[in-house]
Amino acid sequence: MSPEKASVVIDLSAEEQEKLDAIQKVIDTYKDKEGCLISVLHLAQEIYGYLPMEIQQKIADGMGFSLSHVSSVVTFYSYFSMIPRADHAIKICMGTACYVRGGKRIVDRLEEVLGISAGQTTSDGKFSIAITRCLGACGLAPVIMIDEEVYQQVNPDKIEKILSKY
Amino acid sequence: MAEKIIHLTINGKPIAAKEGQTILRAAQDNNIYIPSLCYLEGVHKFGGCRMCMVEVEGGRTLMAACMVTVREGMVVKSNSAKARQARKLNCELILSDHPQDCLSCARSGQCELQDLSQTLGIKEARFKGERSEGITDISPSITRDTGKCILCRRCVSVCNEVQKIGVLNAQNRGFKTVIGPSGGQSIGKVDCTNCGQCIAACPVNALSETDSIQRVWDAINDPDKRVIVQVAPSVRVAIGEEFGLPTGVPVTGKLATALKELMFDDVFDTNFGADLTIMEEGSEFLSRAKAVLQGGKATLPMITSCSPGWVKFLEHRFPGSVKNLSTCKSPHMMLGAVIKSYYAQKLEIDPKTMYVVSVMPCTAKKFEIQRPEMTNGGVPNVDAVITTRELAKMIREAGIDFENLPDSDFDAPLGISTGAADIFGVTGGVMAAALRTVYELVTGRELPFDNLRITPIEGNKQIKTADLTFENCLPAYSYLEGFTAKVAVTSGFAGAATLMEEVAKGASPYHFIEVMGCPGGCIVGGGQPRATVRTKWADRAKGIFEEDQRKKLRKSHENPALQKLYNEFLLEPLGHKPHDLLHTSYTPRGTYNELIQETKER
Repeated sequence: MSPEKASVVIDLSAEEQEKLDAIQKVIDTYKDKEGCLISVLHLAQEIYGYLPMEIQQKIADGMGFSLSHVSSVVTFYSYFSMIPRADHAIKICMGTACYVRGGKRIVDRLEEVLGISAGQTTSDGKFSIAITRCLGACGLAPVIMIDEEVYQQVNPDKIEKILSKY
Repeated sequence: MAEKIIHLTINGKPIAAKEGQTILRAAQDNNIYIPSLCYLEGVHKFGGCRMCMVEVEGGRTLMAACMVTVREGMVVKSNSAKARQARKLNCELILSDHPQDCLSCARSGQCELQDLSQTLGIKEARFKGERSEGITDISPSITRDTGKCILCRRCVSVCNEVQKIGVLNAQNRGFKTVIGPSGGQSIGKVDCTNCGQCIAACPVNALSETDSIQRVWDAINDPDKRVIVQVAPSVRVAIGEEFGLPTGVPVTGKLATALKELMFDDVFDTNFGADLTIMEEGSEFLSRAKAVLQGGKATLPMITSCSPGWVKFLEHRFPGSVKNLSTCKSPHMMLGAVIKSYYAQKLEIDPKTMYVVSVMPCTAKKFEIQRPEMTNGGVPNVDAVITTRELAKMIREAGIDFENLPDSDFDAPLGISTGAADIFGVTGGVMAAALRTVYELVTGRELPFDNLRITPIEGNKQIKTADLTFENCLPAYSYLEGFTAKVAVTSGFAGAATLMEEVAKGASPYHFIEVMGCPGGCIVGGGQPRATVRTKWADRAKGIFEEDQRKKLRKSHENPALQKLYNEFLLEPLGHKPHDLLHTSYTPRGTYNELIQETKER
């Protein structure tokens, strides 16, 4: 055995293979352009949902970077995630207006109800909690977003009712 | 064309600087000291630490002297109250996230941050607050203590830009930032070559060689062990720096005396191993060339295998080309194997009671001795490797006044060597030493180069080449008549990768390639005394050539102790005994080893 590059063997479903092909297409489009790593990571995350090491390796190989360099970018920006995205992504606004109107208490309650910390995903993969900067709805503070739906003037006691819809 | 001269003043002093120079360099050239920390000549220019802030008249803010180039008429103040206060404050902020356990820190006394803090007159730790948590990570060669890291990123530049390995990068952000491999992996698990250039660049104790000093003390103090030390050629032209002696002046005699005073039982010279390597490697080259020229099967180009950092690099990046590597073990491994066989027989002792210590300019050698290939009869060829820096520490700890030591010689028989062995320490040296012997074996005449120095392959150009035609060969080598050997020499992995891409494609025009992992060769190895003024490192090469010139015997095959070893024990190069003791095999590793292991574990 003397492969120039040992590769990681993963069992692939058809759906998985389709995603990997789509990421390869993105890499091929951008690989010769300078300064495109972040764009490629964005697109790859859109396609795959998150950026596990295997995907980072694929991008590192394709773009001619070291894995350590790619992972340095992925771990720097909070937008990128290395854990699977949940079915429903909860974003809690911690911009100034939401913060002063009790955003932190909403984080605490959500963490308590779901049994995870911000930045994590529940073990059944249903919910994830993320803290975001201003969502641009300060008049409705405090605000949370679940997927694309915005919930306004949330207070901790409303949380369970909101979650029960999902 | 004459360089344009730029006129400026620094602290009121008129200065003529070269166009394109930074304020920092212009000041240095005129004996004005501007403190700096993250800047590293020729390696790292980042402007991140803000330790070299100066005032420039007309400038809106203070400027980093390492980043700003000089301009005509510039008025720079490096010692104004504003500049001094800013530098001090910036240093205090760095210190606020630093353990400050200087008393028990291995780097104390040689720490750039400690020096800076002293220079800037910092007397108390004013800022207390959140601190980043560090991790400790120990591989056979490299120890990371990221709690000490000040995030200057010199190591990142060395690993990514100079050596093109790219295992070290800044992961995460803010207080959680750690310089390290992806995914929080240990540096021992990823494709690190152990070259240690990151260690040489580190201003603090965040990166250091994995300490073997205590193991060596324990062996010395064990009455049942015969402890034998050997020293690489590069150590003798660098260790003096640790004791304030000038760079590049060989201190071979003092070094031998110091080792005797440290109570090693035998003080041998890795140079003997280098002469032995030439006999084996030269013969291997001739046998490969013969096979190829006569239409048989052999792999060319043959590539040197003395540099364990380089060997691991090839195993990772070009695993398909391991057959190009010479099967020769590196010189200190060969000497270790000879000590534990031939010398053990002479002494009539069990090799298991012997303890061989190698003093090396190299951190990768620490990994090398742990390779399973490097044993004979279940006994490791070498038991411990200490770096030049570690030996200096031992000498200080033992209270030896190195500077004033008398000279002495290495012990016979395995301390006898030729000038060809000395030049192993510098880029081009192994090739030159090999050709000195190969040419003379084949033609019966001395290598036709002035003073035996093959100047085209000396120096720090990334890739250097030379041609050597064999004419009027001795009858035994008639197959080489008219053959022109094309050789290439490189040091550092950037040049090596370029040469290897050709080799991997089967398109290399060369027959024999020398690669040393560190840029410049072993003299700038990761275990050598650290120096921020890297240009001085070239002086170490001068010291090496001085040693070569000084020797009466300058060709490996003329080493009388070596001839005796072959007559009495090894019999002939590439023979049965050498095959057992002196040759080895390699492991095609491939890349992303950490991910492969992870997948297997799952």
